[in-house]
Amino acid sequence: MTRSSHTLILFAVLLATGAAAFGLERFPPPQFETDYVRPTTTVPNPPQGFWEYIDAGVLIVTLFLATYLILRKRSRRWIFALMLFSLVYFGFFRKGCVCSVGAVQNVTLTAFDSTYAVPIAVLMFFALPLVFTLFFGRVFCGAVCPLGAIQDAVLIHPVRVPRWLESGLRLIAYLYLGAGVLFAAMGAMFIICRYDPFVGFFRFGGNWNILVLGGCLLLIGVFVGRPYCRFLCPYGVILRQLSRLSRWRVTITPTDCIQCRLCEDACPFGAIRKPTEPWPAKEYRVAKARLAFFLVLLPVLIGAGGWAGYELRGWLAQIHPQVRLAQRIYLEENAQVEGTTDASDAFRATGRPSPELYSEATLLRDRFGIGGVLFGAFVGLVIGGKLLSLSVKRRRTDYEADRASCLACGRCYEYCPKEHERWKNRKERLGRS
Amino acid sequence: MVQRNDDVTRRRFLRDGLWGACLAGIGGVAGYAAHKSQRTDWVWQIDPYKCIACGNCATYCVLEESAVKCTHVHAICGYCKICFGFFDPEPYQINEGAENQMCPTGAIRRKYVEDPYYEYTIDEPLCNGCGKCVKGCNAFGNGSLFLQVRHDLCVNCNQCAIAAACPSQAFRRAPADHPYLLKSVDHA
Repeated sequence: MTRSSHTLILFAVLLATGAAAFGLERFPPPQFETDYVRPTTTVPNPPQGFWEYIDAGVLIVTLFLATYLILRKRSRRWIFALMLFSLVYFGFFRKGCVCSVGAVQNVTLTAFDSTYAVPIAVLMFFALPLVFTLFFGRVFCGAVCPLGAIQDAVLIHPVRVPRWLESGLRLIAYLYLGAGVLFAAMGAMFIICRYDPFVGFFRFGGNWNILVLGGCLLLIGVFVGRPYCRFLCPYGVILRQLSRLSRWRVTITPTDCIQCRLCEDACPFGAIRKPTEPWPAKEYRVAKARLAFFLVLLPVLIGAGGWAGYELRGWLAQIHPQVRLAQRIYLEENAQVEGTTDASDAFRATGRPSPELYSEATLLRDRFGIGGVLFGAFVGLVIGGKLLSLSVKRRRTDYEADRASCLACGRCYEYCPKEHERWKNRKERLGRS
Repeated sequence: MVQRNDDVTRRRFLRDGLWGACLAGIGGVAGYAAHKSQRTDWVWQIDPYKCIACGNCATYCVLEESAVKCTHVHAICGYCKICFGFFDPEPYQINEGAENQMCPTGAIRRKYVEDPYYEYTIDEPLCNGCGKCVKGCNAFGNGSLFLQVRHDLCVNCNQCAIAAACPSQAFRRAPADHPYLLKSVDHA
């Protein structure tokens, strides 16, 4: 060891002993004799808030434009162009934040955290697509959402996903929504943003695992149209339900369906429904009984879900760092584990008594109990609702885009001969004038 | 026009009612949130009194170069000749040689002011937010070096990746008009 290091160690020992007497200010800041001026700490401000309002403005414009292009102009080419613009603007230029999908959590946190309030621009990102969906269907999914756009852009060779598989996989999205809202409400984490698979691409970097996940989704997306939108997107399931009620929506044909079947395989997202045949009387009776059974089963499923959610509260609560910390401290204090973690060291450094932490964690666990009941009941409701909807058959005379599943991408338009007729008529009209 | 039977009318009524209820619901949620919203925006920031300088800030940020940097409040600094934020715990010599420095990127500049005081400044583009100097300064010095999210770099993710990995729960949302949680002289 060198002499200087001895000096340092001696210094350190002196300091450590003297620290208690001095308080935290171990060395009183000097009074300079020269005219030395202390540098000021630079505090660069966050980017001005006006960007957010520009984003909100662009959102409104793109939503109106998408509505016009999808419902009026009915041009896949223009819809695709707008979609690419959204991808570049909201995705690559604005780095994918803020987005409507994640805004669900900000709104939830506003309701549950008294100190937090969602910024107006983020609130617009949450509410505007919902309102537009109530009026015009999922035009947001079709041409505005950058997450949808990046997947739509890589869809090259769509394969058909069986209906049963599609319905089953979609349950993940409902679970994801429930979990996202639950964890946001508890102030634990914004999991929807944490596990956003495409934001890494928008930023050209990020968590390696998430990038790999995003890469896999895009790779699947080459064959299975928009896998995130259909099977995972938590905002998408809200839009699905609202879209069922929409005033106007995508129709495959601009006038009337002539049952030519040309559009049958046009939709890469499996959203085109065939005309139904009348049910045989015998089957109808069975179906009626099944419907009655599922109606009775619905409250049972909700109850069972709620119970399961309550039982899982301890497991759910573990996503909250405070609960994890309390568990770790408990294990360490009872000598059930060896060593300490950064988190437990940090807690000890604060000097807070551990019972205080335990009671906080217990309180959180209780809150997770209530949240778990609601979460479970929601999952039960979704499963029950799914069973009910599978046992109801709507009468359909034409080929139609499914109100809920249609992502308003506009691919089916050009398959319709009536649409070609419309183009021709328009061209003739233009030629005459 | 085709006469509608009762069933269709009822379904239509229910549908319209539900539609109105949904619209009112969205309006209600938006109204409530807008009413509560007083501040314009939130940004992530580190509470320097909770931070343990574990080093996660350097590695977990989604940016290639972390948005967290060491910040120095000179009003608290003791201008020590032997700074435990600057020097390696076992330096070969007490001078500015790279082998004597704690900082892995050489981001701290040491300048003589007057005997026995030295000024330490952060060369921000070099700092990677590892917090090694913060640890040293907190342990043996005044704690005038601490980590802060620099808002000229931060992209303000809705869920900060470092916040999710922070062991001491030092990350919190701060209002955008007070985006820094600087240590003050009173606390020092």
